[in-house]
Amino acid sequence: MNRLLAATLLSLVSSPVLACDAVQLGTIEVEQAWSRASIGTSRPGVVYLTIRNAGTEDDALVSIDTPISGMPMLHETVVTDGIASMPHAMEVPVPADATVALEPGGYHGMLMDLTQVLKEGESFPVTLTFRNAGEVTVPVSVQGVGATDAGCSENNG
Amino acid sequence: MRLTRLQKALWVAAGLAIVAFGVLVTIMNRAPEPAAQASFRPTFSLPDAEGRLRTAAEFEGKHLLVFFGFTNCPDVCPTTLSEVGQVMDDLGDEAEEVQPLFISIDPERDRELGLAEYTNAFHPAILGLAGDQAQTRAAADSFHIYYEREDTADASGEYSMSHSPALYLVGPEGDWLRQFTYGTPASDIVSDLQSRL
Repeated sequence: MNRLLAATLLSLVSSPVLACDAVQLGTIEVEQAWSRASIGTSRPGVVYLTIRNAGTEDDALVSIDTPISGMPMLHETVVTDGIASMPHAMEVPVPADATVALEPGGYHGMLMDLTQVLKEGESFPVTLTFRNAGEVTVPVSVQGVGATDAGCSENNG
Repeated sequence: MRLTRLQKALWVAAGLAIVAFGVLVTIMNRAPEPAAQASFRPTFSLPDAEGRLRTAAEFEGKHLLVFFGFTNCPDVCPTTLSEVGQVMDDLGDEAEEVQPLFISIDPERDRELGLAEYTNAFHPAILGLAGDQAQTRAAADSFHIYYEREDTADASGEYSMSHSPALYLVGPEGDWLRQFTYGTPASDIVSDLQSRL
């Protein structure tokens, strides 16, 4: 059993393709969770992902947690009158029958106090807490430092 | 030719009308144009990662692609700098005529964190500049851009920066040409540059 667990964990670390697959939690589906390689650990990392709510009730992503960050937070990049700021987001609304993306230039998970260097090709787990649906842990694939998407193939997109 | 008093008055009135019309047209033409669109010459005098002072004058003859940002920024800055890296790769040989600049609006922290290592991660051609507060403010003012420190509400001492996230293009004679708003695809920037090079 322990060996199976270890193998599962190892596969999480070595297989970025997993992040392209959808993870299900009730009527919530999370997919294309990705991050960028970090330069050392002194600057914050980022998490982007796509959430689909196939249910009939509104939900919201209220927090994120991951062992690779001492202070993970939800933020939103807002460009108002040509000025970009990055306020802390209390939650990310996930309305019924809608798809919401945490993506460059919008909502994103900001991972402060990285506990390890994020290397391209590896992955790390992030636990998402939804107000109604509860918790789900998804693998986040680390893309290159200049990546602009999850790097999933079109069929998965 | 002798003009009657009436003729003189009419000529004066006609002249005044022409002047008034000219003023009106000028005002109407100018009104919809934002101040930032007018031609001006941005300047800067800022140290690079090695501490050498770099100025706008030394880049004459090249197009400058300028971004104001900070290295602690997880979203907008990496997204834009990776676009800049893509632009430089896609320009091929013409990339030599373009100098991308990353001007730090959080210079003290960025120098501590490592400026060159950051810009190199996106593209080796990107030159990072980080001055003191006065040099930075002067550079931003000359580009007509905004930035401000945003302290977090808690006592963590953490802070972020709000800033103008566009890319600015400066011509080979040092004149401001245009901006590319945040999110402009690299391919659009490449074709714009190719039409100028």
